[in-house]
Amino acid sequence: MNDTRFSGSDRYIATEDLSLAVNAAVILQRPLLIKGEPGTGKTQLAQEIARSLDRPLLEWHIKSTSKAQQGLYEYDAVARLRDSQLGDARVHDIRNYIVKGKLWEAFELELQPVVLIDEIDKADIEFPNDLLRELDRMEFYVYETHELVQAKHRPIIIITSNNEKELPDAFLRRCFFHYIRFPDEATMRRIVEIHFPRLKQELLSEALSTFFSIRDTPGLKKKPSTSELLDWIKLLVAEDISPEALRAEDSKRSLPLLHGALLKNEQDVMLFEQLVFLHRRAR
Amino acid sequence: MLVKFFFALRAAGVPVTLSELLMLLEGLSARVAWLSAEQFYYFARLALVKDERYYDRFDRAFAEHFKGAERLFAALEPQLPAEWLRAMSERLLSDQERRKVAALGGWDKLIDRLRQRLAEQRERHEGGSKWIGTAGTSPFGHAGYHPEGSALGGPGREHRALKVWEQREFRNFDDAVELGTRNLKMALRKLRRFAREGAPEQLDLERTIDATARNAGLLDLKLIPERHNAVKVLLFLDVGGSMDEHVRLCEEMFSAARSEFKHLEHFYFHNCPYQTLWKDNRSPQAQRIATHEVLRTYGADYRAILVGDASMSPYEITHAGAGIDQWNDEAGALWLQRLSRAFPHLVWLNPEPSERWQYTASIRIVRELVGGRMFPLTIAGLDQAIASLKRRDALRQAAIEYGEA
Repeated sequence: MNDTRFSGSDRYIATEDLSLAVNAAVILQRPLLIKGEPGTGKTQLAQEIARSLDRPLLEWHIKSTSKAQQGLYEYDAVARLRDSQLGDARVHDIRNYIVKGKLWEAFELELQPVVLIDEIDKADIEFPNDLLRELDRMEFYVYETHELVQAKHRPIIIITSNNEKELPDAFLRRCFFHYIRFPDEATMRRIVEIHFPRLKQELLSEALSTFFSIRDTPGLKKKPSTSELLDWIKLLVAEDISPEALRAEDSKRSLPLLHGALLKNEQDVMLFEQLVFLHRRAR
Repeated sequence: MLVKFFFALRAAGVPVTLSELLMLLEGLSARVAWLSAEQFYYFARLALVKDERYYDRFDRAFAEHFKGAERLFAALEPQLPAEWLRAMSERLLSDQERRKVAALGGWDKLIDRLRQRLAEQRERHEGGSKWIGTAGTSPFGHAGYHPEGSALGGPGREHRALKVWEQREFRNFDDAVELGTRNLKMALRKLRRFAREGAPEQLDLERTIDATARNAGLLDLKLIPERHNAVKVLLFLDVGGSMDEHVRLCEEMFSAARSEFKHLEHFYFHNCPYQTLWKDNRSPQAQRIATHEVLRTYGADYRAILVGDASMSPYEITHAGAGIDQWNDEAGALWLQRLSRAFPHLVWLNPEPSERWQYTASIRIVRELVGGRMFPLTIAGLDQAIASLKRRDALRQAAIEYGEA
């Protein structure tokens, strides 16, 4: 059993349920699948786990062209063919042309690593199914060299998904699942405070209330999230905007200051301008 | 108690399976969650629920279930769990197994041992608040000393008790569901149309051989872009009213389609498409989309799939102003005609069995309006629908298949 328990860090606020999810995944050695709105710190979680438990981190970012095999190893047959034509001596050993993938690297480490499989839903629908055995048994077979690669220590596996595709049931059954809820105002305050320790209280209150009122606007295409709030506050601090200015620029009557950090597409900005216009007319 | 909870969850519509329950029990014996009701709740949710859609159902089932347990345990004295366990075991074990238990010394002897263990368990739990104590004794006690555990004695018993579980209907049921979405996905896959786009990263063997030969045998690689599924799909789903009984089938259809196509847009309508549609079923009134906008936005290369039972009053199709939840200036028939004109590749999938179609006037009308391209929402029907979406003479073919009887 692992004695070191994860409970957030000085850079990352983890709610109680999230810490428990991480600890359960570490103790029971099951992959942890994380979903949640974009910008709620899914990817960052793996980095913070690695940092706070002092483990190496291996990141495997999935693209639409990713294949499960690439996480294990790739055999560069073309390079070997080219070398054979050029008379290179390396060509006699096939191992020179086996390129290790992220999982193989992780399996070889002496210290239990954290493996991040980022945005698994980007890949083909068969991708998770192709990884079932590897994640279950933490071993795989290299056909070219006839060797079985087994993990020295079962890695802590964190998988993130943006819900673009449904994941197969067989895969889900092997994972723990946690959905990161959008933080409430109290949690958000703590998050902002660890990022901007010297922020003035009034400015923070004003910024948060503006932020949450924008999020509550019905019909927004992309709701601003934690990472956007942090960017916006960074801008407010950089521009040295006072809380009074923020209050005067009440979101009900005009677009909030520096709204570009919060509203990311023109339809949303238009929608907001319309609302503001309606509001002015109502007065 | 966790077994009951497990079935309560299934009854509430949370798709949990045996392996997830075992994962939960494993975690509890490894003390992932310990001496805290919240932790137990978080951990149970982590292990059992695999989609945020089911969080709400889980919460309700959890509250319901453990509220009952609290009352139950307040009334129970230390002797009573024996009775409770006996009842539980009798329900779970077959006749044959019960005879074996009798051969091992009978219930009372076994129960005595159980009670001893239970007392130990209880002592360890002291110190927590009342709720935690009860919650602790119930799942942990039950998990540890449930008939499938080794405490009931006898080698091989563990396996046997599990078998009894498996015989319960849930397993078959679950397989059926999996088969359902999987089959739908496979059927939808036939609609794929591949096109080469994006960065060239696949080896073009023929051109490589050709170029290498021209290059006097020195390797000259030629690459082409990978093939991607380029088909575009518009899904129109009928919701509410008579569609309620088909909700499960439609959900499966939707989830299969969503994972299969990259270019997929979905819209909801009620009974018959009129001048507005909506995308968010939770607030249909708030965010209406003009049907004209849909007709304008998506090109004729989109495949349109309408899913609905087409069972309504015929006036809702043929007359203006008869729409069930919105005033329509123009008849539904007109809108259907516009849709099938804008999207030449269009099919209507009907969850009603095809034998019943001819007895419902509105189904007959809709079939006529979509040019006979109505297919039953079954695997076979979906196959035919997709063949129709790919064919140019789709209209005639459908008329032959499900011809007027």
